[in-house]
Amino acid sequence: MTKLVLTVDDSRTIREMLRATLVEAGMEVLQAEDGVQGLEVLEGAVPDVIVTDINMPRMDGFGFIEAVRDSARHRAIPILVLTTESVGDKKDRARRLGATGWIVKPFDPAKLVNAIHRVAA
Amino acid sequence: MDSMAAIRQTFFQECEEQLAELETGLLSIESGDSDHDTVNAVFRAVHSIKGGAGAFGLDELVRFAHTFETALDLVRSGRIEADAALVRLMLRSSDTLADLVRVSRDGGAMDDQRVAHLHDELTRIADPDAATAAPAVSAPEASVDQTANAGEAGDDDGFVPLQVSFDGLLGGDADAEPVAADSIFRIWFRPKPELYAKANDAAKILREICSLGEADIACDVSAVPVLAELDPEGAYLSWTIRLVTGLGEDAVREVFEFVEFDCEFTVEQEMPADPVFDFEPEPVAAVLDQAASLAEGEAEAPAIPQKVMDRIAEVAVKDAAPAKPAAGGQSAQAQASQTIRVDLDRVDRLIDLVGELVINQSMLTQRVTEAGIARLSEVAVGLDDLEQLTREIQDSVMAIRAQPVRPIFQRMSRVVREVAEMTGKSVRLVTEGEACEVDKTVIERLADPLTHMIRNAIDHGLETPEERVETGKPEQGSVRLTAAHRSGRVVIEVADDGAGINRQRVLEKAVANGLVDPNAQLSDGEIDDLIFHPGFSTAGSVSDVSGRGVGMDVVKSSIQALGGRISIASQPGAGSTFTMSLPLTLAVLDGMVVNVAGQTLVVPLTAIVETLQPKEADVHGLGETSRVVSMRGAFLPLIDVGHELGYREAETDPLDGVAIMVETENRAQSVLLVDSIVGQQQVVIKSLEANYGHVFGVAAATILGDGQVAVIVDVDAVVAGRRAEPDLANRKRTAA
Repeated sequence: MTKLVLTVDDSRTIREMLRATLVEAGMEVLQAEDGVQGLEVLEGAVPDVIVTDINMPRMDGFGFIEAVRDSARHRAIPILVLTTESVGDKKDRARRLGATGWIVKPFDPAKLVNAIHRVAA
Repeated sequence: MDSMAAIRQTFFQECEEQLAELETGLLSIESGDSDHDTVNAVFRAVHSIKGGAGAFGLDELVRFAHTFETALDLVRSGRIEADAALVRLMLRSSDTLADLVRVSRDGGAMDDQRVAHLHDELTRIADPDAATAAPAVSAPEASVDQTANAGEAGDDDGFVPLQVSFDGLLGGDADAEPVAADSIFRIWFRPKPELYAKANDAAKILREICSLGEADIACDVSAVPVLAELDPEGAYLSWTIRLVTGLGEDAVREVFEFVEFDCEFTVEQEMPADPVFDFEPEPVAAVLDQAASLAEGEAEAPAIPQKVMDRIAEVAVKDAAPAKPAAGGQSAQAQASQTIRVDLDRVDRLIDLVGELVINQSMLTQRVTEAGIARLSEVAVGLDDLEQLTREIQDSVMAIRAQPVRPIFQRMSRVVREVAEMTGKSVRLVTEGEACEVDKTVIERLADPLTHMIRNAIDHGLETPEERVETGKPEQGSVRLTAAHRSGRVVIEVADDGAGINRQRVLEKAVANGLVDPNAQLSDGEIDDLIFHPGFSTAGSVSDVSGRGVGMDVVKSSIQALGGRISIASQPGAGSTFTMSLPLTLAVLDGMVVNVAGQTLVVPLTAIVETLQPKEADVHGLGETSRVVSMRGAFLPLIDVGHELGYREAETDPLDGVAIMVETENRAQSVLLVDSIVGQQQVVIKSLEANYGHVFGVAAATILGDGQVAVIVDVDAVVAGRRAEPDLANRKRTAA
């Protein structure tokens, strides 16, 4: 079954790379530019996996993860954090807030796809 | 690979936007007009550039962006104060970052020395003690990690580019560390409820383990309570796995990477001391284990798979508390500016089509008029509506290409900083009207002339700080850059509060260069205009700043090429103001349609001052071939357009034609003689050069309402052909 992935990232470059990578891997992609828009997208869709950036305007990745985990409809969706911040604090905080896993930017396309398969049902 | 190239292009586009954002933010911090959001936006801009650069392996860019980001993070978190000196350093860093981006995109060489120096300064901010210890003399081959570590001191979001933690995740991964022979691992794994709360799933972990090799899995359901006591969100199951794999222990542990704190697990490697003996008893034990636990589990309560429980819980919670609407979702959505990105070619194609539509519409109107249909008939009224609609469509389409001048104004602030630094002058740039919108092409082609004018204003216009203090002016000079819409054109002004034009010197220079007769009496305005003369340069020696041989004449011709005019007003001691008036669009033009020797021509309305019927007494011969017309006490050269463009051999009698007084870009006035005036009309410009070739005296072509092709007169060329191009004049004379 085709997997539906929501990516949340404020960088157009990264969004395009994510889209290219995931489409190449035969997945369907929804995209949002920040946490607020991410939640709006979730109002109309239940993706299989969410990939989100941390540092974003309006609502950052932390706020977004927290909101998703607070939503009864969406809290079972695996969330991968896409971040340049690979060590210490941020990863811990993302995990405490309910991130399922993480991918270090810049990401390797094959590894991103693997990680998605790994956390997706 | 095509898609990568496209994304790379996106990256550089985005970089430009982020750089603009960065600069805007820094400038507003500099002016003390900033809040936490500004600092955040500035940080994010650099962060985004770094993130994208990493994806394309632009190591040098990543390295510098990282150091910059680290310093910015200290400001963001309030650990260091953004004082004036620091903001200046940040601005210089942003310039360098911009250069690095451009070098990454277009190739070319960077001033490594400057980058290294800034790198050092930024590192010192992050950690004053690190000082020169940082690999600031950064040889380009210095490893990314090294530099990153240097910047990490006191930084809580250290960044290690290109570290990917998924190695050897799946069995058979090419870059997984090979282990000589198969190893056997005994894995015990008990999830905590948190594991499920984070949307991880024991089943997925088991699936991963199975993918590593051959696994025997036993589930321990002994902890599952009776249904009544069962917490649907609890975690009661544990597993024991015996894995035979060609991969190492690290690969096995990696499976638990995401869940290591949300479960208990152990991984033990069985020593293959004697594989024959060791191999047998274990599976038996595992099977027994499994059987026992299954039996036990069945006796107690049916083991409901965790997944099912999760679903039950989900439904229950959902019913109990309907999902809250996303905080501020609605209003935020309304706020977000709705934009789409469209290929410029498509817009231009649309503009072209609308141009055709306008032509077609006016053609139709003309045909209807010719057919003698009454003005008040329904057809005519309908056509009027169509005309209005067409105009509106045209305006809307043109608006698509219109862009605010802000980005180019922002670029100028960098020019000001650089020139100020080079000349040792203190300069403040004041900008106004950045929101003014002009055609994209106009904006693009404005960059060079504007840069040159700003350089000139600082280099030649402003005095040194000492001189300024002597004359009682503030030490810091100012350059004002303003844009405003005025009667269908955009007017851009570059004004400095310097010494004004040194007319004495300009005149001396012009005389020395043979541009002006030593005895000529020139008005102040005429002297000022001399600086637009080709090859004229006021600087005693060509300075490094104002360019090599590129004078104001080049500026002037670039502005003219855009259908604009440039003029100068200068007051000794108070400064100079350059005023450029530019069309809002390059696609249409208001023109006067005239008849010359049976040809229909269009004269741009912007060049026309007035029209008149010359009287015999006003026309005077001058020399062998020239004639002048006396108008309001001044004698203006009379140019027969038909003769000049080669439509007829002999010049016509001025009394038979209509005289159009035109003003060229250097504000010299001349009179063009045409046979008759047809009317005034907005015409769609069709490039003649693109479709045919350059023709003397012709700026472009257009299609008129009756379908006829008409050329648009290049007024400057026609006038100049007569006045300033002796070659042409001579040739004509000998030909005649």
